[in-house]
Amino acid sequence: MDMNFTPEEIAFRDEVRGFLKDKLPEALAAKVKGGKRLLKGDYELWHTRLNERGWLAWHWPVDHGGTGWTPIEKHIFEEECVAAGAPRVVPFGLNMLGPVLIKFGSDEQRAHYLPRILNGDDWWCQGYSEPGSGSDLASLKTKAVRDGDHYLVNGQKTWTTLGHFADWIFCLVRTDSDCKPQQGISFLLIDMKTPGITVRPIVTLDGEHEVNEVFFEDVRVPVGNLVGEENKGWTYAKYLLTYERTGIAGVAFAKNGLAHLKQVAARQMKGRKPLAQDPLFASRVAQVEIDLMAMETFNLRTVSAAQHGGVPGVESSMLKIKGTEIRQEITDLLRRALGPYAAPFVPEGLDEGYNEPPIGPDYANPVASQYFNMRKVSIYGGSNEIQKNIVAKMMLGL
Amino acid sequence: MDFNLTDDRRMLKESLSRFLQDRYGFETRNEIAGSEQGFSRELWAQMAELGLIGAMLPEEVGGFGGEGFDVMTVMEELGRAIVVEPVLPTAVLGAGILAEAGSDSQKGLLEKVISGELLLAFAHGEPQSRYSLSDITCQAERTNGDWVLDGQKAVVLNGDAADKIIVSARTSGTDDDEDGLTLFLIDTDAKGISRRGYATVDGGRAAEITLEDVAVGEDAVIGELGKAFPVIEEAIGRGILAVCAEALGAMDVAKDMTLEFLQTRKQFGVPLGKFQVLQHRMVEMCLEIEQARSATILAAGRMKEDRATREAALSAAKNLVGRSARLVAEESIQMHGGIGMTWEYALPHFAKRLTMIDHLFGDADHHLERFAALSQAS
Repeated sequence: MDMNFTPEEIAFRDEVRGFLKDKLPEALAAKVKGGKRLLKGDYELWHTRLNERGWLAWHWPVDHGGTGWTPIEKHIFEEECVAAGAPRVVPFGLNMLGPVLIKFGSDEQRAHYLPRILNGDDWWCQGYSEPGSGSDLASLKTKAVRDGDHYLVNGQKTWTTLGHFADWIFCLVRTDSDCKPQQGISFLLIDMKTPGITVRPIVTLDGEHEVNEVFFEDVRVPVGNLVGEENKGWTYAKYLLTYERTGIAGVAFAKNGLAHLKQVAARQMKGRKPLAQDPLFASRVAQVEIDLMAMETFNLRTVSAAQHGGVPGVESSMLKIKGTEIRQEITDLLRRALGPYAAPFVPEGLDEGYNEPPIGPDYANPVASQYFNMRKVSIYGGSNEIQKNIVAKMMLGL
Repeated sequence: MDFNLTDDRRMLKESLSRFLQDRYGFETRNEIAGSEQGFSRELWAQMAELGLIGAMLPEEVGGFGGEGFDVMTVMEELGRAIVVEPVLPTAVLGAGILAEAGSDSQKGLLEKVISGELLLAFAHGEPQSRYSLSDITCQAERTNGDWVLDGQKAVVLNGDAADKIIVSARTSGTDDDEDGLTLFLIDTDAKGISRRGYATVDGGRAAEITLEDVAVGEDAVIGELGKAFPVIEEAIGRGILAVCAEALGAMDVAKDMTLEFLQTRKQFGVPLGKFQVLQHRMVEMCLEIEQARSATILAAGRMKEDRATREAALSAAKNLVGRSARLVAEESIQMHGGIGMTWEYALPHFAKRLTMIDHLFGDADHHLERFAALSQAS
């Protein structure tokens, strides 16, 4: 048993910290930490900075531009980025499509798309979910019918995150209906500028526009945009879903959230004393802090097992469940910490350049909205109930 | 970073596991637990021979371990067999205190402890102290060069079988002052000591101990006069780590038994495990066990850190283990149905031990409050 980083790992962490200090603009970090709205350019700036340093595609094999980091180094990098308030790297092209193309794409596809992903030339979005298929992804209905050198695509995708910024979408489409649902699915790359595509915003319960519906009406897609073989798309999709998910526990996000919660509780008053000193509230905070400490060790055990050659399996599902429960609990306590000042709804206050004085404490505005937004984490990426099904089947054989 | 056991600890774990499988089946265990003595001297001697006690103590006093992960390795295996022999009071608490704070001659006794010839108990808690470590009213007064002790000690584990007890008493201060506590090493056959032994609901034994004008010499004092609190806190800290690890072993077995039951027991023509509501409850149990394991590993790794870091990790572990042990105990009985309610079946005995561990060294609520206080102070 050795729970410490090696001197080399500590040196690596210091190098990452130095990079973040030099290259992450303070104003951007403040926006991220303050729960302010990010612009397309904010994401692009950070993408470019990472690419310049050669640290963008750390998921990829070294000969395609990867870093060759160990599981522990990857873990350190992710933790430090979140702790410093770096914007998340939009994962669709980089972490999802990239690995699929590297494994299953053609030489031409790799040569064309991978450098464009790294350079930020193409903004990708993900076309998986449909109105009729949530957790039961294989029931998807969007159809692609072969028509000479093209596929004719008709159907609808939904929950398309940041699709309104996207140049391209990778889609799961049905190319055969006369077989088991999983066997008739193909993986298609579609240019968002193709005639017949319509993007409509979905405004979520917090009043924000992050996700979209994407409609396909007789959209013509060149057959060269098929990845791998026709009707093998489910295999590629599953590969993508089981692809290394070191950050799934969200430990660093939760730690930032907990630190913020403690600051807020120290400033909010109850009975003329800081809320942080209220025994009941302090117990609730202590409880989630204990759960987080344990989960951080659980996560490190998993990362360390990967470092020693183990393959993370159901641990990803278990960490997803626990991690999302903890993050939801923290945003719940933050909301409750505010008391009546959780109520004001001033969405424009989250925009850069908003200069009106805040209503109530300056940290109050995004809190309730973030609580509602955070309900999504136990739904997306395979709902927590689906994760329990996976654990029951894989670990318990039930 | 490496969460694997060292070779030495793996070997210890394996030999202990084999020994318990061969000699300590559930029926043997229940027979021993129900016997008048409440444990087996013969098995105790064999456990000592295996090196189980020595593994919990450092080399300076004749042991070959003594670190957090040694305690964790041994206790987890003992938990898998819900062993009732007095390992916790003798090897973890009593021997731990002597190794930490004892005089040279007191440390000399550890050889006999390690060989299994000397049994110890830590007589600390009192009827009014609940989980407080400093609420001690037992008095020690100096009279004619002797120390004379008067007081009452509550639920002393192994109190009736111990050859020597370590008694905490006030030499100054009042009520729950941390200052002014002193530890004394006393023979249990000393004049003025009366013991009322009894069985505990989870299979071990304990005693109420009354001290009436018990006179001991200066050489009975352990460590510095009036400065015993840090020694007590560290001893209880090792006890917390030990029972957390024991609970991990017991939770694992309870979970495995429940899983096997779900896979084999048929209702409505299908194995119980086909019902999603039970699958999800099993997964929740597994998840909380992993959390408890993680918290215990963290605590074991922080045993040598500064006080605030160490005690916060210990309170975190005890809180998490308290919650998860209760969940596993209650859920595994529920999922077993009627059979989970019977004395002759093993599972409920695991459930009882898991439940009663919450009553040792502070329950989940106690450690939640304590963690909050430690975290606010830092």
